[in-house]
Amino acid sequence: MGKKGIAIKEEGVNMKICITSEGRTLDSKVDSRFGRCQNFIFFDTDTGKFEAQENTNAQFQGGAGIQSGQLVVSRGVKAVLTGNVGPNAYQVLSAAGVSVFTGVSGTVQEAIEGYRNSKHKAADSPSVGSKFGMPVKNS
Amino acid sequence: MIISIASGKGGTGKTTIAVNLALSLKNIQLLDCDVEEPNAHLFLKPRIKEKAKASIPVPEVDEAKCNYCSKCREVCAYHAIAVLSGNNGNKGSVLIFPHLCHGCGACSLLCPQGAIKEVNKEIGAIEIGDKGDIQFIHGRLNIGEAMSPPLIRQVKSYINPTRTVIIDAPPGTSCPVITAAKGSDFCVLVTEPTPFGLNDLVLAVEVLRKLQIPFGVVVNRSDIGDGKVEGYCREERIPILMKIPFSKEIAVSYSEGIPIVEKDVSYQDKFINLYLNICGIKNEANSRY
Repeated sequence: MGKKGIAIKEEGVNMKICITSEGRTLDSKVDSRFGRCQNFIFFDTDTGKFEAQENTNAQFQGGAGIQSGQLVVSRGVKAVLTGNVGPNAYQVLSAAGVSVFTGVSGTVQEAIEGYRNSKHKAADSPSVGSKFGMPVKNS
Repeated sequence: MIISIASGKGGTGKTTIAVNLALSLKNIQLLDCDVEEPNAHLFLKPRIKEKAKASIPVPEVDEAKCNYCSKCREVCAYHAIAVLSGNNGNKGSVLIFPHLCHGCGACSLLCPQGAIKEVNKEIGAIEIGDKGDIQFIHGRLNIGEAMSPPLIRQVKSYINPTRTVIIDAPPGTSCPVITAAKGSDFCVLVTEPTPFGLNDLVLAVEVLRKLQIPFGVVVNRSDIGDGKVEGYCREERIPILMKIPFSKEIAVSYSEGIPIVEKDVSYQDKFINLYLNICGIKNEANSRY
């Protein structure tokens, strides 16, 4: 935290953000899908506290992105960090004024650091088409 | 009798079988239920006499009455609704994703505010025509529409039980093919003797067993590939109704949009035989119950 420039940035980033995650801790990998990610990690940039929530929408046949968008919006999140976001989820998130940062990878911790340092690029459109995150058929 | 022509794998020859079978028999009604890509008309060349719009009911929210209670979102089985409650000075809003809507009506029925009414959304068209004594009906799903089952059901509502009905089903093993094949008295599975053909045939067989529709297999391009499709059918006691060799004559006539029975009349007998095989198996299946 002693690095130059952080102090200036901090006043702008003190808020709740959501990171899509494969696991439930800050060293988990960022899940590359939004709607069908395994877990959401809600991180408070003010206090540094976080909370993990399993994404039960991931099992939906359709509408996973919409309902994941709904869930994230209802948690009062201001920004989402993820790998990719589809068209429906993007519509819900942008309608609610949530910033979406796509192309994020590495660990959740690294994603948060990148966010603090403004390294991520805000998406102005969905990064993938519908059904991108559908699990591969296993039979 | 309603005979549906289906296949797990696409491009095996469903339409070829459906059209040539229709042309070889009398008193036929041919329904092209592959509404995402109907092509039977290219070969049958029917005279289209009637065209009707096809639509499904989708919700429309009166935001003046809506209090963003989220009931509609909770009851939507297809997760097609998001409700953003207004806060921080923002106005709330209800986002409806019509492409995911099946038109079930739960949201409008259960909205406590009576804020949702259903409006018709056009999803495609149904065309009705004829060719000789064949009655022909097909559906065309609008480009960009994701859901074909409602349109397939609307095409099937024209089924005339006084005729022998042939349904050209979409490929695959999911909702569209199930919607098309459901209610058939018999299903013909068209396949080819390749690993892909076999893989998708096995999946289609599982679907038909679940639907409890008697079925048999037509092996197209039967003299190429390997013997595994026939081996599988023997093991599973699935009747092979017909084999069509890989022939240049058929390929050329297909590329010209001419059904093979019109070019080579001897094929008519083969398709009549296919029909007789179907009837035989159907009767046998009936006598078992």
